Amino acid sequence: MAKATHWLEPHPHGLYVRPADLWIDPSRPVARAAVTHGHADHARSGHEAVFATPETLAIMALRYGIDAAASHNAAMSYGNGFERGGVRFSFHPAGHVLGSAQILMEHAGERIVVTGDYKRRADPTCTPFEVVPCDIFITEATFGLPVFRHPPTAEEIAKLLAAVRAEPDRAVLVGAYALGKAQRVIAELRRAGWDAPIFIHGALERMCALYAEHGVDLGELRLVSDADKAEMAGQIVLAPPSALNDRWSRRLPDPVTAMASGWMRVRQRARQRMVELPLVLSDHADWDELTATIAEVNPQESWITHGSEDGLLRWCELHQRKARALHLVGRDLEEEA
Amino acid sequence: MKRFAALIDRLIYTRSRNTKLALIVDYLRYTPDPDRGWALAALTDALDFPAVKAGTVRALLATRVDEELFRLSRQFVGDTAETAALLWPDPLSVRGEERPSLPKPRLESPAAVLRDDPSTSSASPQDERDYLSVADAVAALSAASRSDAPAVLAALLDRLDADGRYALLKLALGGMRVGVSARLAKQAFAQAFDVPIDDVEELWHAIPAPYQPLFAWGEGRAPRPDLADVPFFRPFMLAHPLEQEAIDLADFAAEWKWDGIRVQIVRAGGRRGGETRIYSRGGEEIGGAFPELVAAFDQDAVIDGELLVRGEAQGGVEGGAASFNALQQRLGRKTVTKRMLADFPAFVRVYDLLDVDGEDLRGLPWEARRRQLEAFVPRLAESHFDLSPVIEADHFDHLAELRAGARDAAIEGVMLKRRDAPYVAGRRAGLWYKWKRDPLTADCVMMYAQRGNGRRASFYSDYTFGCWTDAGELLPVGKAYSGFTDEELKWLDKFVRDHTVDRFGPVREVEKALVLEVAFDSIHASKRHKSGLAMRFPRIARIRRDKPAEEADRIATLQAMVT
Repeated sequence: MAKATHWLEPHPHGLYVRPADLWIDPSRPVARAAVTHGHADHARSGHEAVFATPETLAIMALRYGIDAAASHNAAMSYGNGFERGGVRFSFHPAGHVLGSAQILMEHAGERIVVTGDYKRRADPTCTPFEVVPCDIFITEATFGLPVFRHPPTAEEIAKLLAAVRAEPDRAVLVGAYALGKAQRVIAELRRAGWDAPIFIHGALERMCALYAEHGVDLGELRLVSDADKAEMAGQIVLAPPSALNDRWSRRLPDPVTAMASGWMRVRQRARQRMVELPLVLSDHADWDELTATIAEVNPQESWITHGSEDGLLRWCELHQRKARALHLVGRDLEEEA
Repeated sequence: MKRFAALIDRLIYTRSRNTKLALIVDYLRYTPDPDRGWALAALTDALDFPAVKAGTVRALLATRVDEELFRLSRQFVGDTAETAALLWPDPLSVRGEERPSLPKPRLESPAAVLRDDPSTSSASPQDERDYLSVADAVAALSAASRSDAPAVLAALLDRLDADGRYALLKLALGGMRVGVSARLAKQAFAQAFDVPIDDVEELWHAIPAPYQPLFAWGEGRAPRPDLADVPFFRPFMLAHPLEQEAIDLADFAAEWKWDGIRVQIVRAGGRRGGETRIYSRGGEEIGGAFPELVAAFDQDAVIDGELLVRGEAQGGVEGGAASFNALQQRLGRKTVTKRMLADFPAFVRVYDLLDVDGEDLRGLPWEARRRQLEAFVPRLAESHFDLSPVIEADHFDHLAELRAGARDAAIEGVMLKRRDAPYVAGRRAGLWYKWKRDPLTADCVMMYAQRGNGRRASFYSDYTFGCWTDAGELLPVGKAYSGFTDEELKWLDKFVRDHTVDRFGPVREVEKALVLEVAFDSIHASKRHKSGLAMRFPRIARIRRDKPAEEADRIATLQAMVT
C-alpha cells in the first residue's frame, strides 16, 4: 500500500503528482494544476495550465481573468478526464459548489480520490456527490469533530423566513460566502416559496449571474446600491460575511444580522461575529457525513486534510481504519464554511 | 423545556436590552407554573444542584463519547455544557439524510415562538408523551445524589434535542450567561403582569423559586404575599444630580457622598434563627463576599449605607475609608479568603434606617428617621458599622467650599436630602440630590479603537487612549465609549478608519495623532495596566482636534492625581 507515496507527494502547498508533473489545488502558481473547485483556497491565480470542470474554469475566469477557452487550459466535465505521464485523471461531482469535483487518479494499479471540499446533502445549485471507489481516499475535514451536525436545510431556511415575517420593518441581512453559499441560500429560499426580489451586495452580483448562466434559477435579484432603504424593510438581503457589521450595512433598515455557516452550530462563534440569527447551513460535510462517507467509500487508507484532522483521525483509529493527516497550508476555511 | 430552550437561545443572540425584556415578558405571560418560575430562577442564577457539577458532566460524557474526541471538541467549543449538548447522541437524528423536520419556530413573533401552542407545534403524540418540563428537570436534578447524578442527567439528556440539552446543562451547572441581570428579570415580571416594580423588588427575595405566590399575586389570583420574618429587599431611594446651584439648607440636610458601594443590610426573623442579607443596589445578594458583616449585623433592622474598606484615603485618618480601588479587591467574589478579610477589612457607614424591630420607618420624614438612626447605630458593633455624619454648614456657599475640599479628601461629593421627605423607592424629583465634585480631566492620545455593540456595531466607538512617559513613549491609561454626540461618533469613526496603522483581530491601532480630553471621577494605582493607572468612569469630554498629540498630558501628571 505504501506504493502511492512513490507517485503522489503531499507538500505543504499542495499534492504533487510526480509522473504527470502536475499539482492538485496548489496554493502557489505552478506550471500545471488540476483544480477541484473555484474557492480561493483551492483555485489560485497564476498557473500556466489549469485542468478543471467547465464551471470551475468559468469561475476562475471571472475571479482571476484567466482565459478559460485558451488551449493550455482544459475543461473536464463530470465523468471525463485525461491521461498524462501514465496517470489517468477524471473529474466526479463533489456536491460542494457549482462545478466542484473530486479528482480520481489511476496509476500503477492504484486508485486515489482527492475530494476537494464536499458535502452529501441536497443542494439545488450543484450536482450531488458521487461515491467513487478507491484505494486511497483523500478527504477534507473542515467539520471533523462530532460537535458538528448540521440540521436539515429546510429547518434553517424556515428559521430565516420566520425571522423575515416577524420583523416587517427590518431587513434580514444574511452573511453568506460569495461563491456557493450565497447562491445556495437564494435557491433554497426560492424552493421554500420566497419569490420576492432578493437584495444583494455588489460583491455577489457577478457570481450570481454566472450561476444563472449555468442554469441555476435564482429568481429576481436586486442590488442594494440601487434600492431605497425603505423598500428593503421586510426583505432578505445577502452580503459577504465581511460586510455584515461594516459601514455598508448602515444603508439597510435596522438589519437583523444573520449568518449562514456551519460554524454557527457553536454559540460562542456566532456571538463573536455579533450574529443575531445563526443559520447552520454549510457546503461542507458534517461529522456524520464525513464518517459515513469514509465507511461507504471504504478505502484501504484515508488521508485527511484541512480542518479538524485530529478528530477524524481519531475516528479512523477507533474504527480500525488506516489513516494519516496531511498538513496542507493556505487553507482558509473560516469564511466559506 | 423546549420553550425554555428557545428562550435561552434567543437571549444569547439578542444584544438589545429591550428585546431581551420583551422575550422574557412573553415567556412569563404564556408559560404555566411552575416552569416559568424555575426558568426565572435559572436565568438569574438562583438555582444550585450540589450533586451536579462540571465534573459530573465530563464523567458522564466519557461513557457515551470517546474521551479524545470529547477533549478535542471541548477545546474547540470552549464550554463544557455546550460541548456536551452538541456531542450527546441525538435520539431523533437519522444519519446521512435530512431527517424529518421538527420545526422549531424560533423566530416568529416572540409570542408564537415561546408558546408551545399545539397549533404551531408539530410535535407528534410521541413527543407530547415524552414532553419534559423545566419543573420535571429541576425535580430530577434536586433529588439526585452524587452517586446517581450521572444516570439522572443521562436520562434527561436522552429526552432532549441539542438546544434542549444546552438549556438543561446550563440550568444544571449554572452560569447561564445570557445577559439577564436580576434587575432585568424583575422588570420583565413587573411588565408582564403590570405590577409596580418596587413591589416586585420587595417580594422577589422573600419568596423561593418557583415563586408561585408571586405569579398568583401578579395575575391577580391572590393577595400580596406576607413578608413578616423574611429579610426581603427594599428598593433603594435614589438621587438626582444637582442642577440648580443653590439650595436652602433649611430644607435640605447635607452628608458626604462616600466612594464605596451602596448596600442595604436586612435582618429578619428574630435574634435567634434570624437571617441577615446584604443587597447591592440592583437587589443582588452579596453577603457571600462579606461574611464578617453578615456575622456582625445582629439587630432586627434594615439599614441603608455605604460599604467601604478601612483606610485613610477618604477624608484622611478621620474619614477612615480606603479608596474605591481597595474595595474593588473584595467585590464580585463568591467566597473570601482569610487574607482578604485581613488585608481589606470591610465596614458600613450607615446613613439611613428603614425598619427597626419590625417597624417600617420608610413613611417617616428624613429628620425623624435620622433621629432613630442616631439612636440605633450604637446597637451595632462599632468595629463594622459607623454613622455617616451630617455636614454642618451654615449656608449654601459654605457647603460649596466644603465640597471643593472633598477632592483632596477623596470623597465623591455631597448628598443633599430633603429633611421632610419619606424614604421612597427610585429617583423622585426634589427629594435627594447628589452633588459630585467636579470631574478630573486629562488630555490623552487615541491609540486603539474597537467596534461597539448593537446600534453601534458598525462604528468604532470604544477608544483606548494613552499619555506620554518621560521617555516619550505612549502608554494606555484608559478606555472610554461615551461622552460624545452621534455627530462626533461619526467623525471619530471616520478618523479611526482613515488613520488605521495596524489590526489585531477586531482592534484597530490608529496613528497617534488625535487628542481626546478625557473626564474621569478619580484615578487609582493599578497593577493590571502597564501605565500603573486605572481611571474611574472615564468618558470623552471633548475632541481636541486643535491640540498636537505631543502636547497631551504625561503619565506623571496623572500620577499626581492618584488617590
